Amino acid sequence: MTTYLIKGARILGGEPTDLLIRDGVVAEMGSGLSAAGARVVDADGLVALPGLVDLHTHLREPGREDAETVETGSRAAALGGYTAVCAMANTSPVADTAGVVEQVWRLGREAGLVDVQPIGAVTVGLNGEQLAELGAMADSAARVRIFSDDGFCVADPRLMRRALEYVKAFDGVIAQHAEEPRLTVGAQMHEGEVAARLGMTGWPAVAEESIIARDVLLAEHVGARLHVCHVSTAGSVGILRWAKERGIRVTAEVTPHHLLLTDERATSYDPVYKVNPPLRTAADVAALRAALVEGVVDIVATDHAPHAVEDKECEWAYARPGMLGLETALSIVIDTALDQLGWDGIAQRMSRTPARIAGLTEHGLDPAVGVPANFTLVDPAARWTVEPADLASRSRNTPYAETTLPARVVATFLRGEPTVLDGKATK
Amino acid sequence: MVDRIAHQILEKTSGAADTILLGVPTRGVPLAHRLAARIHAFEGVAVPVGALDVTLYRDDLRLRGARALGRTELPPGGVDGRRVILIDDVLFSGRTVRAALDALGDLGRPRSVQLAVLVDRGHRELPIRADYVGKNIPTALAEKVRVSLTETDGADEVRLLGGAA
Amino acid sequence: MIRHLLSAGDLDAATATLVLDTAQEMASLADREVKKLPTLRGRTVVNLFYEDSTRTRISFEAAAKRLSADVINFSAKGSSVSKGESLKDTALTLQAMGADAVVIRHSASGAPHRLANWIDGTVVNAGDGTHEHPTQALLDAYTMRSRLGRLSGLNVAIVGDVLHSRVARSNVLLLHTLGAKVTLVAPPTLLPVGVDAWPAETSYHLDSVLPDADVVMMLRVQRERMDQAYFPSAREYSRRYGLDGARMRRLPEHAIVMHPGPMNRGMEITPEVADSPRSTIVEQVANGVSVRMAVLYLLLGGKV
Repeated sequence: MTTYLIKGARILGGEPTDLLIRDGVVAEMGSGLSAAGARVVDADGLVALPGLVDLHTHLREPGREDAETVETGSRAAALGGYTAVCAMANTSPVADTAGVVEQVWRLGREAGLVDVQPIGAVTVGLNGEQLAELGAMADSAARVRIFSDDGFCVADPRLMRRALEYVKAFDGVIAQHAEEPRLTVGAQMHEGEVAARLGMTGWPAVAEESIIARDVLLAEHVGARLHVCHVSTAGSVGILRWAKERGIRVTAEVTPHHLLLTDERATSYDPVYKVNPPLRTAADVAALRAALVEGVVDIVATDHAPHAVEDKECEWAYARPGMLGLETALSIVIDTALDQLGWDGIAQRMSRTPARIAGLTEHGLDPAVGVPANFTLVDPAARWTVEPADLASRSRNTPYAETTLPARVVATFLRGEPTVLDGKATK
Repeated sequence: MVDRIAHQILEKTSGAADTILLGVPTRGVPLAHRLAARIHAFEGVAVPVGALDVTLYRDDLRLRGARALGRTELPPGGVDGRRVILIDDVLFSGRTVRAALDALGDLGRPRSVQLAVLVDRGHRELPIRADYVGKNIPTALAEKVRVSLTETDGADEVRLLGGAA
Repeated sequence: MIRHLLSAGDLDAATATLVLDTAQEMASLADREVKKLPTLRGRTVVNLFYEDSTRTRISFEAAAKRLSADVINFSAKGSSVSKGESLKDTALTLQAMGADAVVIRHSASGAPHRLANWIDGTVVNAGDGTHEHPTQALLDAYTMRSRLGRLSGLNVAIVGDVLHSRVARSNVLLLHTLGAKVTLVAPPTLLPVGVDAWPAETSYHLDSVLPDADVVMMLRVQRERMDQAYFPSAREYSRRYGLDGARMRRLPEHAIVMHPGPMNRGMEITPEVADSPRSTIVEQVANGVSVRMAVLYLLLGGKV
């Protein structure tokens, strides 16, 4: 194993420090370190963050390898500063058995660019009717702890209650895609002024909020953990605040795009802006930013959702919802919230807390002697323009094409080995 | 000049019997009305007047783009079997007259068609000539002839513009 | 002149008035012996219809043919559409065939906007989903102007399923631009959330709107909406929002009744009203051809 000497990195934006990386851990830290035979990485001006952890990634394999594979998605993640991603269950076949989650986990190991932690489906085939074998997935090599029907809501309240209860046996958590399906039949975008003008069926905020309200009460009733995926409305923030004040064990994520973009984007009818939950109003964006700073929303998760060209170069109504996120997430969070969060706050919301929710004990740790060397080096002064063709993801559906963003990931280390060096993936 | 054209018309049409004047918008229309008034003053003959817009028959739409249409209004009785005199301000390439002849063909079948213009500035691009001309003004191709009428422009005037460019 | 006609909102007052004035000249053609103009000779107009709408298609077809354009009808039935060819591939095909204008009717809102990204020619929206139908709004405005002599200051009530109506959206935008005052009348379930941002008043009560209306435009209401709980029954709907003879007599004497068709007689409008002298329903159809001629002339003639 190569030894690496990182020179002059500013851990969480602090004073420049050298880090010696050996045998997968941070072996030494201090100023003026030297080591014979070590490969030196000049980190002058770079900020070191614990490797980012994404709780919400769609890797599309198995089933839609034309849109993304575990390998291409892992590469995109590493370039985005991630060392671990949680792969959503809505593949084909659905990750609702030990066999499928182990396959995804193994593909992640083979790619070796990030730790791929599979998420298991809550119900068989995501059909919302019968619980999948949650225990078998938990006991598998993939050691699944997060279960989600993401893409679909576990809408049946009795089934949701049982799922919340059942996973307590192995400290699991249900990650709910909060969308009351009867209120979103045919929905295309946020229900409001823009949808009214564009003549598109609305996805009302209340469809999300009513499920979150129900689920926090269910979680309280059965004493279970609940995680809420991609919170998108100001009203949801209010319910989460109330639930946390009551001591309910609920965590919540927000996506980078819901921190930046609004439903006005739909005016172009370009489905690159079609996403579920939909882009909302400027008031929602402001409430979500404030909630992330306040901690009512715990983490940022990408909901990285690659789609093949033909699923986006079409009429809005026929397009699949979702947008790329892994390679741009850190830049968007820095753009929208660094001022209020600081580097420590970003590490908390993009690494430590998501690692804790997912039960990934080797991730989410600040660089320190003896700690697994999972970290990323970021150039906060860099600016870059998003060129879809240059992205590592197999798909091109980024909403930030031709947008100039702040900050660039220069290097990422996974267990002491670089997955990204000089801004390029090492494999 | 209008007086002279009026006299010529009366002379050449033996009293303007069975004749109608069709002005080509914009300035051909008031000219047609002036001619009719003169003819009435000289001989007491009431010559019907109408307007014939040729925009939709032009061959330069692709080059110059669509524009607002003028009015087409035929006098009662239409054009069938009558002598139609087309009235325009300036005769230049002849393309407007060509368009007017096409338009007229779609409206009916006149016994004959004649052409009266206030100014003939030459440079014809089609085998067309005027039957009545107020004034021949030799011009260079790059020059512009601008006819102003009290009815449309506030004053009666013929101006020769540009040329150097 | 603008390049495409995708939304009635694309038209400012001057351009909209130019279209109506041009349509008025085009209308005189109907009285002529030769009902054809050479204006668009050699141009190709494609009618790309993903939704059945015979009346709109033949209206555009008649308009294009009277201007001597070549017309190609490309309908979803029995075409490559049923084999699943994408809109983009169809656009590239039409482009290769040299279409100067594509008139598109589609069930998805915004499809004409997408098409406009993929072809060089002119795109005319002939109705997209529940979004807009700008030429319908133009022919409605033309009909109002020719019946009532003006648009500015008119009180226009648009009654019915505003939520799903492309006709309502386009009319609100165009009539506002031209200075008319629009009131949308519907049960609350059939008004979109966010309608307050539209340049129009709203009312839940037809009877209170009628005495001041110069124009009442009735929208088609599909009976199936009942199954989605927008209203309890067809009978209750027509009692509260249908236009019958008694209600019609409460209108000012000069007021007209419009309907974009096809009508649900007995649902939103009774035969007595539909066939009365106040009704402009047949005129609207005739005016549709003149207005579409004007649109095609101004869009295609304007291309360099």
